[in-house]
Amino acid sequence: MIIHAKRRSYDCAVIGAGHNGLVCAAYLARKGRSVLVLEAAEQVGGAAVTREFAPGFRVSSCAHLLHLMPAGIMRELRLADQGLRFAGQTLPTLALSADERPLVLGAGHERELAERSPLDAAAYREWQRLLARLAAALHPTLAGIPPRLGTDAWRERLALLNLGWRLRRLGRRDMRELLRIGGMCVHDLLEERFTLPLLKGALALDAVLGTNYGPRSPGTVFSLLYRHAASGGPEALAQPQGGLGALTAALARAAHGAGAEIRTGAPVAKILVREDRAAGVVLTSGEEIAAASVISSADPKTTFLKLLGSEHLDAGFVRRVTQLRTRGLAGKLHLALARAPQIAGLAPEALRGRLLVAPSPDYIERAYNHAKYRECSAEPMLEITLPTLADPSLAPEGQHVLSVIVQYAPYAPAAGWACERERFTDVVIDTLERYLPGLRASMVARELLTPEDIEREFRIQGGHWHHAELALDQFFMMRPLPGTAQYRAPLPGLFMCGAGCHPGGGVTGLAGRSAARELLSEAA
Amino acid sequence: MAAGSMRPSAKSYDAIVVGAGHNGLVNACYLARSGLRVLVLERNDYVGGAAVSRRLYDGFTYSNCSYVCSLLRTEIIRALELPLYGLQIIPYEGGCTLMRNGGHLSLYDNHDALRREIARHSRRDAEAYERYVRDMLRHCRFIKPLLLRAPPDPSSFRPRDIRELMFLGRHFSRLGEARMYDTLRFWTMSCADMLDEYFESEIVKAHLAGSGIIGTALGPRSPGSAYVLLHHYMGSIDGTVGAWGFARGGMGAITQALAASLTASGGTVRTGAAVEQIRVRGGRATGVVLEGGEEISARIVVSNLDVRRTFLKTVAAEHLPPEFLEQVRRFKIRGSSGKLNIALDGLPHFPAIPQDSPSTRGDMHVTDTIEMLERAYDDWKEGRWSRAPYVDMLIPTQIDPTMAPPGKHYMSVFVQYCPYRLADGEWTPEKRQAFGASVIDTIAHHSPNFKNLILHAEIRTPRDIENEVGLTEGNIFQGELTFDQLLFNRPIPGYAQYRAPLRGLYMCGSSTHPGGGVMGAPGANAAGAILRDLGRAQ
Repeated sequence: MIIHAKRRSYDCAVIGAGHNGLVCAAYLARKGRSVLVLEAAEQVGGAAVTREFAPGFRVSSCAHLLHLMPAGIMRELRLADQGLRFAGQTLPTLALSADERPLVLGAGHERELAERSPLDAAAYREWQRLLARLAAALHPTLAGIPPRLGTDAWRERLALLNLGWRLRRLGRRDMRELLRIGGMCVHDLLEERFTLPLLKGALALDAVLGTNYGPRSPGTVFSLLYRHAASGGPEALAQPQGGLGALTAALARAAHGAGAEIRTGAPVAKILVREDRAAGVVLTSGEEIAAASVISSADPKTTFLKLLGSEHLDAGFVRRVTQLRTRGLAGKLHLALARAPQIAGLAPEALRGRLLVAPSPDYIERAYNHAKYRECSAEPMLEITLPTLADPSLAPEGQHVLSVIVQYAPYAPAAGWACERERFTDVVIDTLERYLPGLRASMVARELLTPEDIEREFRIQGGHWHHAELALDQFFMMRPLPGTAQYRAPLPGLFMCGAGCHPGGGVTGLAGRSAARELLSEAA
Repeated sequence: MAAGSMRPSAKSYDAIVVGAGHNGLVNACYLARSGLRVLVLERNDYVGGAAVSRRLYDGFTYSNCSYVCSLLRTEIIRALELPLYGLQIIPYEGGCTLMRNGGHLSLYDNHDALRREIARHSRRDAEAYERYVRDMLRHCRFIKPLLLRAPPDPSSFRPRDIRELMFLGRHFSRLGEARMYDTLRFWTMSCADMLDEYFESEIVKAHLAGSGIIGTALGPRSPGSAYVLLHHYMGSIDGTVGAWGFARGGMGAITQALAASLTASGGTVRTGAAVEQIRVRGGRATGVVLEGGEEISARIVVSNLDVRRTFLKTVAAEHLPPEFLEQVRRFKIRGSSGKLNIALDGLPHFPAIPQDSPSTRGDMHVTDTIEMLERAYDDWKEGRWSRAPYVDMLIPTQIDPTMAPPGKHYMSVFVQYCPYRLADGEWTPEKRQAFGASVIDTIAHHSPNFKNLILHAEIRTPRDIENEVGLTEGNIFQGELTFDQLLFNRPIPGYAQYRAPLRGLYMCGSSTHPGGGVMGAPGANAAGAILRDLGRAQ
């Protein structure tokens, strides 16, 4: 599938074959641009990859579920024709509890909740409906190119008017509610609507997963809205057959099918600058590749400080780049298991989907408290998947893989990861053991990826899976940096298409598609 | 007090203001000055609400709630001629932050002295401080014109709202592109992140971050706390933006002046008159019923009480739309601050501060780092008072000798955080003492002779503040200053223009835009709305 470069000069050179890079390349190639994608790793995929972490055991080593990519992108790139299959779709969410039966959420499980609390069940239905309406109104904004303020360009004004109009179309009640809760903390929102700690915990987890915040941090309702608005449709958890790597493989085929070339094992050392515009890239091998436009899917700090170099940027801008908040707080634990874990009173296949260890918002807030002081959570919040239940191909016959997103694991714990790694791994496993008894006994191998490891392995400075913190002050027109939200670097010919750009991270492909559109709009 | 003793004759009134806090009085003054017959009803035997001077210990005057002045809008001071009625505000001469390790950061009103002092901690920060002040002043300039206007309702198509929205838009776009982004970022940031963008020295950051948490159930790392910091910065004294000062004679001087100004313009204040209910007939407010059954009629009733107290306690529920009541219940008013008022036998000695340095004639903070403030917040979240609290103490008697006998001093101590509800059950006198002791120990750590000087200490938990002043949960802002409760969201989306969902009933407390602090803007804006409705727009 990987074809080596036949030529030395391209219309577009895309740095990084993560999902955004590939989506961007595919859209550019479909419009007849000659595109070369350069990936440092030996395989494509960036942070959406499947790799072996123990002999015979494979896992989606960073992102482990697909739920944000808009159906539109999958359709436009015909990912199904490119061999993308799903081992599981519309997976349920199980909120685990140490002392009661797990609470199952998701399509077809409404009765579960109603049995525990009719009030919460009703409130939950109402909240889901409101969320769907708000998500529908916000999606075009996430899927579009952020407007620039203070210009007279009709496109910008139209975009703003459009946003205003969509908000008004929500109707007075919904619009007021959106403006009220938009900047609120999820803790307060949940207190207003629900009573069951398990339910509140599960919803709070969605709001803070992958961020640098706790449920009491204002702005966490926004990240919850983001999570629902990005996909455009109802949030449907899905597990690609073969792991997330299968998705990026399909994207690579789509890009290649459209005429893009992809080179792996080709790390870019520098972005070439000639006559004050980006003119191509230099590989670590010293090989030069000329390109009319360079599109970087790397995080902003890597793009500007490492690949471009501050000498090409003005001092104020460089200060802003260094001040970007890019430190991740999410770790990843992979366990190889001799047998599938059991939960008393649940059928084994019931464990397909997401298992959450977030018994209450307070539990999460306490876990977050540690992170504020560069400590690892004493009782971490966990999002668990058992991919092998639906997709045995990932592990040897009869054995299983457990993949956990762990919060909070600070980028640089005060004690240093060297001495924290083993201790914290045990903390996480002990926590798991409390909710999945007998797990430890069935463990064959274990691997913890700290933000530091994620930084190294996926070349994301800070190891933040959104590349830059997803917060209101680093969002929309301010993402990645004020004035560069339109996917253009302050250097002609240089574009950005990574998660650091609008709208942000999660396997959505939106940044990649919007960047391609922006680039094409210029050329056209 | 004089006004309080005045008993009204049996005449009826155009407007009744419930509560003689500073906003109630400001509101009444504006109404009286435009010819309305106004009666202000105060439950306590003294006016002032949370801006009072009280003699609780022989010879000493305590500003026993709010304790310093800056936010009170100049426009209001002028319009109501408060200096004429005895208001005099004396600016700080300095300030400081004391660190546990004996180190300190001094504040001087002399800019160069201040620069040198900051440079002592970090040269880089001394440079950055110029940038910081410039940017803060710019944010103040942006927000200033918004303070004395009723916020528009973005979901409405009424011409006035559209006009106001366009004003807002124009005002915003005048900033220019770069500034617009800066403003958007600033309003959504945490003060810790904001300060990190300027400073490297922990003590400089911690000193400034203090204003980001005062009175607020947020920590310095909570997004939105940068705005709270600005909220404490946007005041001015004699045109010096960001300056703070003492009201001569204590904070009561402000409300005394307001009451005097009110009586001078024909208004009446009646103290010891607790309103039990706001009377509603035929879908409109027609007056009030006092405890004891006395009824007083008026075309207009203005409530200076916080929004929860107004609509959940003093208006019968059947008169209000259920979804409105639901929103009122959702309005967040959280007690997070405590207060100590201490009578001292002499001036306590702070070894860290050079003798006779102006640094003691202003705010003296006790904190080391932003992390310390954040940990203090964590204690509050867990329902206990901060083990290492943020302390903001002042000794006004160094500048204003009227507040204590010669040679003796009054110290006001503001404490963040102190919860309204404790995890281990209700507040008890013992717990209050324990809380007070922990604060006194914190101060004594920095002043060896402090404890021996204490003649009397009044310890006030949020509970006490609620019971005495009537502020729900003892929240000094009558409601959290978070995004969801600012501008057109304050107090309730769709009701941010001082009008209740009942004809003839208005709100003028700090629960309304632009919020708390002894600012007076809510009172003035509410008067504007009332006069507009009466066709008497000023």
